[in-house]
Amino acid sequence: MGGKVKLIDENGLRVDGRKPNELRPIKMEVSVLSNADGSAYIEQGRSKILAAVYGPREVHPRHLALPDRALLRCRYHMAPFSVEERKSPAPSRREIELSKVIREALEPAIFLEKFPRTSIDIFIEVLQADGGTRCAGTTAAALALADAGIPMKDLVVACAAGKVDGVLVLDLNDLEDKEGEADVPVAYMPNLGMISLLQMDGLLTVDEFKQALDLAIEGCKQIYRMQKEALKAKYLAIKEEVESCLQ
Amino acid sequence: MSSIMVSRIRQRQIAQMIANGKRLDGRGLTDYRPIKVETGIIEKAEGSARILLGKTEIVVGIKVEVGEPFSDRPNEGVLTVNSEFVPLASPEFEAGPPSEDSIELARVVDRGLRESQAIDLEKLCLIPGRKVYIVFVDVYVLNHDGNLIDASALAALAALLNTKIPVYTIEDDEVKKTSNYVPLPMRNYPVAITFANINDKLVIDPWLEEEEIMNSRLTITFDKDGKICSIQKGGQGAFTPQQIIEAVYIAREKAEELRKLVVKS
Repeated sequence: MGGKVKLIDENGLRVDGRKPNELRPIKMEVSVLSNADGSAYIEQGRSKILAAVYGPREVHPRHLALPDRALLRCRYHMAPFSVEERKSPAPSRREIELSKVIREALEPAIFLEKFPRTSIDIFIEVLQADGGTRCAGTTAAALALADAGIPMKDLVVACAAGKVDGVLVLDLNDLEDKEGEADVPVAYMPNLGMISLLQMDGLLTVDEFKQALDLAIEGCKQIYRMQKEALKAKYLAIKEEVESCLQ
Repeated sequence: MSSIMVSRIRQRQIAQMIANGKRLDGRGLTDYRPIKVETGIIEKAEGSARILLGKTEIVVGIKVEVGEPFSDRPNEGVLTVNSEFVPLASPEFEAGPPSEDSIELARVVDRGLRESQAIDLEKLCLIPGRKVYIVFVDVYVLNHDGNLIDASALAALAALLNTKIPVYTIEDDEVKKTSNYVPLPMRNYPVAITFANINDKLVIDPWLEEEEIMNSRLTITFDKDGKICSIQKGGQGAFTPQQIIEAVYIAREKAEELRKLVVKS
C-alpha cells in the first residue's frame, strides 16, 4: 500500500485535478425506472449506479414477515462489466457485507413500523465502479426510497474521506482507495445529525480520524443539497408539464 | 443474530440499569467480561487458540499451506479469514452457507489483521509469482453469548502468535518441505473493541441479551502504536459524531489492556 503511485502533485492537487476537500462531479436523477416504485440514478465521477425500491409489498417467502414492522432488504450488486477485470455475477463476500451495512445505514431513516407484515426491497446495481460505490449507492438508495413515497425521518447521504500521500482527502476515487493509506466511508442523516454507516480501513491516528470524520460529514452535507434538488426536479418537471397542458 | 427472546420487563431492566451506569451482570459500562485465552490446543493445526469471553467461546485454528500468490501481489503470502457459526453454538445458528453475520465477522477480523499488516506477508514468499505461504485463519464459534467480533479478533491474534510454519527449501525451482518449523513473522498486534449503543449509552463488550436490545454497534480496531486500523458500524440504529469520538478514546485504552493478555512483551 502507498508509495508506488504519486497521488498528490507538487501543487497539492489530486490525480484527477481535484483539491483535497473537493467532491467529484455528481449527477443525480430520480424516477428513472418505470417498473419500480421508486428509483434513482447517480453518477459520481466515473462511478455509475442505479437504485430501485419495490414496496411496501407482500413478503416472499411469507415466514420472513415481521408482525410489527416492514422487513427491509437490500442487495448491493456489481455488474460483471463494471470493473477492469470481469467480475463473476455471483454475490461475493464483499457484496454481501456491503448489502448488510447499506441496509443498516438506511434502516434508521425509515418509518418501518408504518408497514407491518410487508417488505421493502432495495436493489443497488453498480454499472461502473470507480471508487466510493457503497456511498454513492447509499445516496441513490435513499433517493429511490423517497421517490417511492416511503415515509422517512431524513434522507441518508453518504460520502467517504480518507488519506492519500499523507493528505486527508474527500470522496476518494478507485485509484486513491487502492493506493491510499486509509478510507473512511460515512453515511449521515443531516437533519438528525446521526451517523448510520461508518467503516474504516487503513491506518489513521485518532486525530486524523476525527478530521476525516468531519471532512466526510461536510461532504455529505454538500451532496444532501444535490439530493434535495434531484427530488424537487422531478416535481418541477411534472408541474411544467401540467402547466403546458393547461395553456 | 437476532430473535432470542428477551422479555420486555428484562429489556427495561437492562436499559434502566445502563442509564444508571450499571449492568445486569454487575459490570461497569466499560468493563469486559473475564477473558481466558489458551493457545496450542489443536496439535494438528500450525497455530490455534481458544478464548472464553464470559460464556462466549471461540476456537481459532491456523492452517498454513503452500500455493500461488495473487497476480497483483506476486511477492507476498496470502491471508484468508473465514468464520463458521457452528450449529452447536446457538439455537439461532443453522448449518448451510455462511450467514451475513458470519461473513461480516470474518471480514472485520480480516480487515484488522490486513490493514495493520499484522503478518509480514512479504516474508511469506518462497518463489516470487509462483509459490507463497497461504495462511488460513478459521474462526470457529462454539458458544455464542455476544460480542463475537472482539473474541474472534483476540483469539485470531493469539493463534497467529502461536503459529509455527514449516520451513521449505527450494530445489530445481520446486519447494520441498523440511521438518523444521519457525514462528510466523508477525509485526503488528491489532485488537478490536466493540460497543453497543443502548438507549444512547455506550457499553463495551455487550453480551447476548444486550446485543438483542441494542440499537447499534460500533467496533474499532487499534494497532500496537495506538493507530486506528479498522472500524465497523453495525445494527439498525445510528450514532452521533460525539458518541463515535468518545468510543474511539475509550477503545484506545481498552485495546492496550486486552493486547497484554495475548502479547507477552
